[in-house]
Amino acid sequence: MNHVPAPASITGTARPRLVVIGNGMAGMRTVEELLSRAPDKYDITVFGAEPRVNYNRIMLSPLLSGEKTFDEIVINTAEWYQENNITLHSGDPVITIDRARQTVITQNGHEIAYDQLLLATGSDPIMIPLPGKDLPGVVTFRDVDDVDVMLKAAATGGPAVVIGGGLLGLEAAVGLQARGMSVTVLHLAGHVMERQLDPSAGYLLQQELQRRGINVITGADTGEIIGIDCVTGVRLKDGTMIPADLVVMAVGIRPNGRLAAASGLTVERGVVVDDFMATSDPAISAVGECVQHRGQCYGLVAPLFEMAKSCADRLAEIAAGGYAGSVTSTKLKVTGVDVFSAGDFSGGDTCEEIVFRDAGRGVYKRLVLEDGRIKGAVLYGDTSDGAWYFQMLKDGTDITSLRDTLAFGQAFAGGSAGNPKDAVAALPDDAEICGCNGVCKGTIVNAITAKGLTTLDEVKSHTKASASCGSCSGLVENLLAFTLGDGYEAAALKPICTCTDHDHDSVRHLIRAQGLKSMPAVMQALEWKTADGCHVCRPALNFYLLAAWPGEYVDHAASRFINERVHANIQKDGTYSVVPRMWGGLTNPRELRAIADVADKFDIPTVKVTGGQRIDLLGVKKEDLPAVWADLNAAGMVSGHAYGKSLRTVKTCVGSEWCRFGTQKSMSMGVELEKMTWGSWTPHKFKMAVSGCPRNCAEATIKDFGVVATDGGWDLHVGGNGGIHVRATDLLCKVTTEDEVREYCGAFMQLYREEARYLERTAPWIERVGLKHVQDRVVEDAENRKSLFARFLKSQETAQIDPWAERAKDGVDAHEFKHLVAAE
Amino acid sequence: MTDMLNWIDVGPVEGIPLQGARTLQTRTDRIAIFRTLDQQVFALLDRCPHKDGPLAQGIVHGHFVTCPLHNMVFSLETGQAQGPDDGCAAKVEVKIIEGSVHVGLTPSQMGKRHEG
Repeated sequence: MNHVPAPASITGTARPRLVVIGNGMAGMRTVEELLSRAPDKYDITVFGAEPRVNYNRIMLSPLLSGEKTFDEIVINTAEWYQENNITLHSGDPVITIDRARQTVITQNGHEIAYDQLLLATGSDPIMIPLPGKDLPGVVTFRDVDDVDVMLKAAATGGPAVVIGGGLLGLEAAVGLQARGMSVTVLHLAGHVMERQLDPSAGYLLQQELQRRGINVITGADTGEIIGIDCVTGVRLKDGTMIPADLVVMAVGIRPNGRLAAASGLTVERGVVVDDFMATSDPAISAVGECVQHRGQCYGLVAPLFEMAKSCADRLAEIAAGGYAGSVTSTKLKVTGVDVFSAGDFSGGDTCEEIVFRDAGRGVYKRLVLEDGRIKGAVLYGDTSDGAWYFQMLKDGTDITSLRDTLAFGQAFAGGSAGNPKDAVAALPDDAEICGCNGVCKGTIVNAITAKGLTTLDEVKSHTKASASCGSCSGLVENLLAFTLGDGYEAAALKPICTCTDHDHDSVRHLIRAQGLKSMPAVMQALEWKTADGCHVCRPALNFYLLAAWPGEYVDHAASRFINERVHANIQKDGTYSVVPRMWGGLTNPRELRAIADVADKFDIPTVKVTGGQRIDLLGVKKEDLPAVWADLNAAGMVSGHAYGKSLRTVKTCVGSEWCRFGTQKSMSMGVELEKMTWGSWTPHKFKMAVSGCPRNCAEATIKDFGVVATDGGWDLHVGGNGGIHVRATDLLCKVTTEDEVREYCGAFMQLYREEARYLERTAPWIERVGLKHVQDRVVEDAENRKSLFARFLKSQETAQIDPWAERAKDGVDAHEFKHLVAAE
Repeated sequence: MTDMLNWIDVGPVEGIPLQGARTLQTRTDRIAIFRTLDQQVFALLDRCPHKDGPLAQGIVHGHFVTCPLHNMVFSLETGQAQGPDDGCAAKVEVKIIEGSVHVGLTPSQMGKRHEG
């Protein structure tokens, strides 16, 4: 215990006695404010639970990381208490308030009388009641003692786990990493700092932390802390084990109103105070994190300081307006990471937003406006204008006249990087622009400069870039514009939607060239103009990412059309249809019995045979879907993908197995093709058929890929369509063996998956790029065909998982199939 | 009007998928409760004014939802159809109290289905 007695000459006078419980930032700031107003009004005694003088708690992070020492974060030294005639009892906390007698009693039995009492008991870190939470090596991040434990653990440099990816947790993680520990952050929500940041900024922050070597796991639900004598690891509820010599629990704080509640003051979430910081007892005030003011509790320093002023006014008996609540702003205190958020950035009625992204500098800014005023702001990468925005937010400044340039900041100097040309300019010289002919950016730029090229056609003829499928012509045009400057007028390309200026083909190329592997990454790097896209661009991006990074990209359910999200077809009345897969259109009595039983059991009103040789169960209630699938799965059937932009059906005729005209085994060929291709996602639906002879009973010549048997082998047809615009197929080539049919089929599908635009069927795609382009890539170039086929098979490795079984058995997306119900 | 509502707690915000929705069946209709990327919650009756499309099944983007039947886009804030389309989906009162979603039901929407 440290005791700083006030000089005896002053104590014992008849001044009113002010007792302060809490030697933290809020309590001491109130005392300082009081001293500046009425220096000699009170005889002041301060009680602190920690055995040391008052220090700046928000500097714990730099203390941990080693950027500051304890002396540097001390606010008030022992001398300060003496100079101001304040008696300090540190390390001897008050345990009882006797309001009737107006005294406080400490742990060590001291009883001291008060005329005015100030509660500044702060808050407690929340401890999740996990098994193992009391093991040595499990700490919170709240005071200097916690930092001491963390520094001792860091001295041996082992692994550390931080539970909680909020402001404090991330600061702890960065500090521990700076001290040489290998740190994993476990965060329950979908992105870090979700209270302060929107998902886009959260994503950028997570990228930066991971770049620094901090492992961040989001959606991580901690199950228990493992260890016998001391902590050795953390186990997640999904079974993942993460070793740890140190576990820091940083999941939030809770106002400490225990003493107040025990003495009968009104305490809800915190100690309830009025605008003048008075509690329900007029002789007792409260400030800081322990209070609840107008229903609000605060955990940041700025509101505490504002409360301190109002409280000091009251104690000094100065008439003032009182405390009206705070608008808060947050800055992450990590060197080199600039994150700022302020106000309400969640939007709302009549709000509009400005989103600014500068991929080159890693900057993201989002401003939420209402009635011409800033309501909230999230800044990442460049927070230099945070204070400016925050001031205008607090002042309610009318920004109508600034609106157009607001996102560029206070020192706006003109010009922004928000167009496709800059995306191309930012690519390295060895980035491949034309995948068909293997031409990289440097080659094209050199040709433009060295040979004085000025048009797309000239670039095509000199470099072969965009001379094949043409999907990179947008990029080449932008390269011309960027190399030639203002002299070049690029042909206008249609953007995907109003969320972006980029067209489909450019986005696909840039996803691969820049290694963009998630939806937020694409939207940031290509400077999307909305926070989360729309129903047009999101499904397209989801497909492009899936096609570019098979097995790596995690499918984004919320970006899929309902049919693909719940793996059934929505009908006009909101019910669904279910089509089980019947390979090649073949079925058997067991499957038919199961289908009949399902139809009976779930009162399915309509059972119909489809055009693709399947059985369709129509009118299934959404909540019945998992049970219907479970029964169909039990009979060996899987999803028929009748709802997807994916391989639909392979229709067959009976072929030489039964037909007296048949020349080849079309049924088994169809079954083999369907087993190879089912589950693959494509730009639009993809239908196949196999006919056993040129009579073509399976109608293979209006399919995306049609196979027609001949005496000598198989004719392969592509690009047919039986819809509004009936289009007969083009003959791709003739092959002789079944293995060739499989290889050409997979290669063709993969070319379509890699080159066609989202929602473009094979028919318009082939008309756009020309049959010759497809033949060049799939037929003439055997090596390319083999590599397309290999890529197709590779992506199938992670695509052929039955989505019905995942939902029926494993409970995937269970929320989709259950209504909400009232709690209680 | 709001003081005539019966507020029903339908559980934590996290029970609704991000950029998604879930439904609450009342005695008279079905309510779609949406959660947007910026962690806000909105509610509309789960039928579009065009062809009674189940809005809860649509793609949620910004403060909008796109109807799954015919791609009409509705504001979650006002229920108003966007762009060239006309019509308004009925708005339902909803608020978050300490992390739980509370839906304001009219007396006629209240019924035995919620008790127990």
